[in-house]
Amino acid sequence: MRIKLGVGSHAPTPAQPSDKRDWVPGGWRPGRRDNRSAFAAIRQWFDPEELRRDGNTPDYRFSLANERTFLAWIRTGLALVAGGLAAAQFLSPLPIRHLREAIAIALLLLGGAVAIRAVDHWARAERAMRLGRDLPASRFPAVLAMTVGLGALVLIAAVLIQALS
Amino acid sequence: MARDAGLQPERTRLAWRRTALAVTVVALLAIRLAVTRVGGPTGWAVAAAAMLGWIGALWVTQRRVAAMSALRPIAIGRALPLTALTIIGYAAVGAFLVLTGRG
Repeated sequence: MRIKLGVGSHAPTPAQPSDKRDWVPGGWRPGRRDNRSAFAAIRQWFDPEELRRDGNTPDYRFSLANERTFLAWIRTGLALVAGGLAAAQFLSPLPIRHLREAIAIALLLLGGAVAIRAVDHWARAERAMRLGRDLPASRFPAVLAMTVGLGALVLIAAVLIQALS
Repeated sequence: MARDAGLQPERTRLAWRRTALAVTVVALLAIRLAVTRVGGPTGWAVAAAAMLGWIGALWVTQRRVAAMSALRPIAIGRALPLTALTIIGYAAVGAFLVLTGRG
């Protein structure tokens, strides 16, 4: 759904409950493609001034909501990193050689990826709000959920094999 | 303009505080891993780096929390990429410790 944002608007425009334009069965229809280069996107992570050159400043409450979403993702990344660090030192050695180290590294990599994605998603959402575009659609939550689910299945299999042998 | 009824600055301030708590847990785990698994000068150097990262994260958090007391907090600076970099740093440190430490 599209929320119109104006300069100096003090009240958030309520989303129309009947506005289902972008909802298609199976998910959100992807918004307009961002045709900037990857380098320009990365530069914008570190240069908020550049981000502020486009479009209009949205109501600060939307920006704060975007910031809190970023922080929630950051905490997800921190939880994955904490899991990796804990697995490395508190898990007893597993029957498969280096499985413990592999689990730790996988969790640490996943945590780092979540952190990078958090900044990118924040910058893209901020840009979309400034330009009055649809918020960016993303497959990342689904991919993360699948990765964690598959990892859990593999570990369940490992535990069962250990119990049966 | 009066503070909005949604208490957005307060919620954002608390979100930063929760994040700082999570960073604290990660920093403690990283320091413990560095000292127990690697140890020696390398381990202590990594532990000191983890400590510095934690102090940096607290500093960024404190600045952002202070900005929330403005009536209309705006102007997020580099706090977000710095926070993400801190986490990537802890992930890299963790991977280094796992790969170099004795099992």
